[in-house]
Amino acid sequence: MDYATLLQILDSTIRLATPLLLACLAGLYSERSGIFDIGLEGKMLMAAMSTGAVAALTGSVWIGLLAGISGAVLFALVHGVASITFRGNQLISGVALNFVASGITVLIAQSLFRQGGRTPPLSGEARFNPITLPFAEALSGVPILGPLYSEVLSGHGALVYIALLAVPVTWWVLFRTRFGLRLRAVGENPASVDTAGISVIRLRYGAVVITGILCGLAGAYMAAGLQAGFGKEMTAGRGYIALAALIFAKWRPWYALMATLLFGFFQALALRPDVIKNTVGFDVPVPALDALPYILTVIVLAGFVGRAIPPRAGGEPYVKER
Amino acid sequence: MKGGIAAGRQETAAPLAIELRGISKAFGTVQANKDISIQVAKGTIHGIIGENGAGKSTLMSILYGFYKADSGDILINGTPTTIPDSQAAIRAGIGMVFQHFKLVQNFSVLENVILGAEDGALLRPSLAKARKVLADLAREYELEVHPDAVIEELSVGHQQRVEILKALYRHADILILDEPTGVLTPAEADHLFRILRNLKEQGKTVVLITHKLREIMEITDTVSVMRRGEMTATVRTAETSPEQLAELMVGRKVLLHVPKGTAKPGRRVLEIKDLRVRDVDGVERLKGIDLSIRAGEILGIAGVAGNGQTELLQVLGGITQGTGTVILNDKSLDLTGKSSDGQSRRRDGISHVPEDRQHLGMIMDFTAWENVAFGYHNDPAYQKNRWLMDNGAILEDTKGKMERFDVRPPIPTLQAKSFSGGNQQKIILAREIERNPDLLLVGQPTRGVDIGAIEFIHKRIVALRDSGKAVLLVSVELDEIMSLSDRIAVMFDGHLMGIGPAESATQVGLGCLMAGLGGADTRAMSGWDISAAADEQRLSTGTRG
Amino acid sequence: MARIPRWADLVLVPLISLLLAGIISALVILAIGQSPKEALTTMVTGAVGSSYAWGYTLYYATSFMFTGLAVTVAFHGSLFNIGGEGQAQLGGLGVALVCLAVPWPHWTLALPMAMIAGALFGAAWAAIPAYLQARRGSHIVITTIMFNYIGAALIVYLLVNVLRPPGQMDPATARFPSGAALPTLHDLPLLGLIFDKKIPANVTLFVALIACWLVWLLLWRTRLGYEIRAFGRSEPAARYAGISPFRVTMLAMLISGALAGLMSINNVMGESGRLLQNSSEGAGFIGIAVALMGRNHPIGVFLAAILFGILYQGGAEIGLWTSIPIELRTVVQGLVILFTGALDHMVRMMLGVFFRPRRIEVA
Repeated sequence: MDYATLLQILDSTIRLATPLLLACLAGLYSERSGIFDIGLEGKMLMAAMSTGAVAALTGSVWIGLLAGISGAVLFALVHGVASITFRGNQLISGVALNFVASGITVLIAQSLFRQGGRTPPLSGEARFNPITLPFAEALSGVPILGPLYSEVLSGHGALVYIALLAVPVTWWVLFRTRFGLRLRAVGENPASVDTAGISVIRLRYGAVVITGILCGLAGAYMAAGLQAGFGKEMTAGRGYIALAALIFAKWRPWYALMATLLFGFFQALALRPDVIKNTVGFDVPVPALDALPYILTVIVLAGFVGRAIPPRAGGEPYVKER
Repeated sequence: MKGGIAAGRQETAAPLAIELRGISKAFGTVQANKDISIQVAKGTIHGIIGENGAGKSTLMSILYGFYKADSGDILINGTPTTIPDSQAAIRAGIGMVFQHFKLVQNFSVLENVILGAEDGALLRPSLAKARKVLADLAREYELEVHPDAVIEELSVGHQQRVEILKALYRHADILILDEPTGVLTPAEADHLFRILRNLKEQGKTVVLITHKLREIMEITDTVSVMRRGEMTATVRTAETSPEQLAELMVGRKVLLHVPKGTAKPGRRVLEIKDLRVRDVDGVERLKGIDLSIRAGEILGIAGVAGNGQTELLQVLGGITQGTGTVILNDKSLDLTGKSSDGQSRRRDGISHVPEDRQHLGMIMDFTAWENVAFGYHNDPAYQKNRWLMDNGAILEDTKGKMERFDVRPPIPTLQAKSFSGGNQQKIILAREIERNPDLLLVGQPTRGVDIGAIEFIHKRIVALRDSGKAVLLVSVELDEIMSLSDRIAVMFDGHLMGIGPAESATQVGLGCLMAGLGGADTRAMSGWDISAAADEQRLSTGTRG
Repeated sequence: MARIPRWADLVLVPLISLLLAGIISALVILAIGQSPKEALTTMVTGAVGSSYAWGYTLYYATSFMFTGLAVTVAFHGSLFNIGGEGQAQLGGLGVALVCLAVPWPHWTLALPMAMIAGALFGAAWAAIPAYLQARRGSHIVITTIMFNYIGAALIVYLLVNVLRPPGQMDPATARFPSGAALPTLHDLPLLGLIFDKKIPANVTLFVALIACWLVWLLLWRTRLGYEIRAFGRSEPAARYAGISPFRVTMLAMLISGALAGLMSINNVMGESGRLLQNSSEGAGFIGIAVALMGRNHPIGVFLAAILFGILYQGGAEIGLWTSIPIELRTVVQGLVILFTGALDHMVRMMLGVFFRPRRIEVA
């Protein structure tokens, strides 16, 4: 593999990793607060459709982004009502909302645009346009690092940089702020928070809404960044890969970045079977690359590579007791 | 103990930190607290003593805003105060150290201390401040804990210090500790008491909830005794004795009369040597038990709940694993391997009426007849053929059992949860007793059971004994132990404190043993073998009285 | 929480949930400017209005019975098997391998062997998540989801690289020999009089009915079923009774996977006659809705499977004849799962209003 090809693959790695990263961080907030969320997929889909539709109608990607966030937050709130207020089964709620999202996105898109459940192709201001980072042009001449900066890091849509920025921000929120402290505490031992006189319910709703917002960003990027418009089931299991990445990352922000970059890299490789063949010398079947994130996650879950311990109170509705 | 109550009331001259007036609290039909009034003077250590289930923890949870009292008033520092939630309690200067710590296991000490008491949106200043405050508190009260240590790596004693630090960091003037020494080693407990004395010297008020007489005598200034949801007495510690408190705690009910002939003990059925059990956290709960039971006798295990009785039943019943030797009918039982499960125990001739009827003994959603097969679902009599169970046969068997054990209503198809506690217990007893076991393990046979059923259950247990079977009875009801048993053993802290014939046992003597004490009252019980440990404890307390 | 009578819990909770799902779906249809009445009429006529319609409805219902039973068996052991989809696809692989292995002379010989293979492959795909749950405590929900994707990838690989006959473009196996083709209800004597057109519903329906009966026997008439139910209700109590958590977890999941795998004799052997990509078409997931709606009882599963068969076939008709997209049925499916599985406390509270609320507190 030559350097130019590598740069191409790294470039698409970043693009493919972005929705995974946003969704993974989304799941991180919810699960850190003790609410399991296997409905990341549905929220992304909802956001992708809302963004695609509104961006197409208004011509502004930013209004589309707001719509996407609203759509995902709406679903997040339903999940919150089911799992926090009514203490329902969080796993079933997540599964159910994925189905609802899968269906309703097509219904809405079809009724709005009559294009077979897609939204019209987006272009111009209705998409996230590439941002050229400062000095990209000037530095491109520097050997090795120059092209890496100008071709891989520079030239992505705004959400890519927001996603990358969300990693240190999430780390900072989680470990340096009062909210983060309480969020982590409520996911580990809600009784500790309750006896300290803080509302468990309010904290968890807060977390669930943040999850909605980040899923909104992930979905918006799918529809208006990675692709130009919404299509049926366009997230294609990315919500579950993000979930896998979250487990792989052991619920930590920087690890989440690593995990999603790794999984994004697999996806990028899967798009270039020729490159793999030239590099390793034999055919690596594309499905094997597709399955790799899941296989790695199962290995992590089985505890063969250090133990992935989820937040202790995860999945359990909080009931006050002595 | 009218005099005792009066003694408590006379102290109104001293400023009161806490005053409760007529607090009542019911959970459904269970009256956890009945018209409780209590006064705690500022700068004192006040003990609340009583058996498990006496309502101590409920009372303190009301004070901490975890439960709302049905009626009654709370006065803090003389001011009427409503405490709707924990935050209000914290504001009123109350801190609580729960029996089960409310700590975040993977947080550092500092993080746990500031949680909910942060100074701003950012942690750094709060942490810096807490680090300073903690250093001061550590100097002042002997509360040293490394501020950056992670909770799960700390010993239980240190975790408890973190709970105390949490309360002090929130400027608590009143500190409530619920059974604080239950999880501590003696050395840790001594340290805790030094801390509590320091707190008192600094003018803090301490409320200590415990069922251990030794602690009350050692550290408190005044003590209130609770029994079955009621406050039976409040006395100055200096004016009372462990014997008197034991009496107040256990109460002097009219002994239930169980018609029972003299036992005719036969061959040795069960022999236990150096039996030890560790819980999931690796804490030793049974610390080397030796005892034996003969055919045709009931051995009663007395003790305050949580002193190893549960573990004893569970290891014998094949629910948990242990080490040591257990010989049943000259056959050594497997305590750790493949046949250390409930099915093997049943095959070996052990039946088990567990203490926790609702979570172990039955499946509440199952019908009565399904529960009659529970644990015996592999019985050939319950099978139609190789593949299918004979539900008809189980149903018939259940009908007979319900009739013989007077279960009401005698409807086998009713779900277990629809029966009253007493009738549930009868179903379990019918299932276990009619197996005609060589050894019957029975825990808390009459807990939550109505009076009528109690007598019936007792008769059945005695009848099993009379048919030449061995019975191991565990109960926290001293009356029950005394009226049913032929021999009695007392457990304390995973040890046997003493064992001897039932007829020479006295309430006071047993009470002392249950509190881990020896002494004259226990030696007065003839034929009793008192553990040396009991007398050592006695000496170390230096009891007055 | 409100206490309601048992019959109401069994019958009314799913019905109210269905009603709520229906109301919300109607609102959705109104919101996209269509007529709920038209949708309902199209759906009913298209799914139950003729024997031809029933031929499709029953075909779908057959698949859903298997996957519904699969989820039910696991649920009784307190295990949430979301892996029905992957297990069904692997089951399809087993069926395909058997059907392609020999030139079967008659379907009566091919069917039993295909059933065994389908069940074995499905069970095998459930075995690893089950083992990881029982021995290493890995959450079965997550591992079964992962195994769905791993299974899908495996099938794609096999279809593209191994099983695809030379010269064929689409990723699928060769067609099965005609001796392995299952007769449809149209091909059967007497039933052929009712189902007078070529329809996909086939003899697998009878296998599904037998499976319902066998699962009922298993759960309520065998020691294993007894142990599964006891373990699912209370693990500590099961330990007290000497029931091995490991054994029960493994067996419940193996049976669950086998049932999901068995589904593929309906679609792979009975309908498409070859193994295609994504052969299960979401039936594994619908099994969750069917089990929840059917209150985890084979009779309920049977009824709920028919209901979802109607929904599925009717939804297809709606997609065909109205301007409402076929995806409406996914929405209804999701809503039914949401109300019966996650918001069931809410539904009970709503019902509790009607059954004179009695305050029962637990001490």
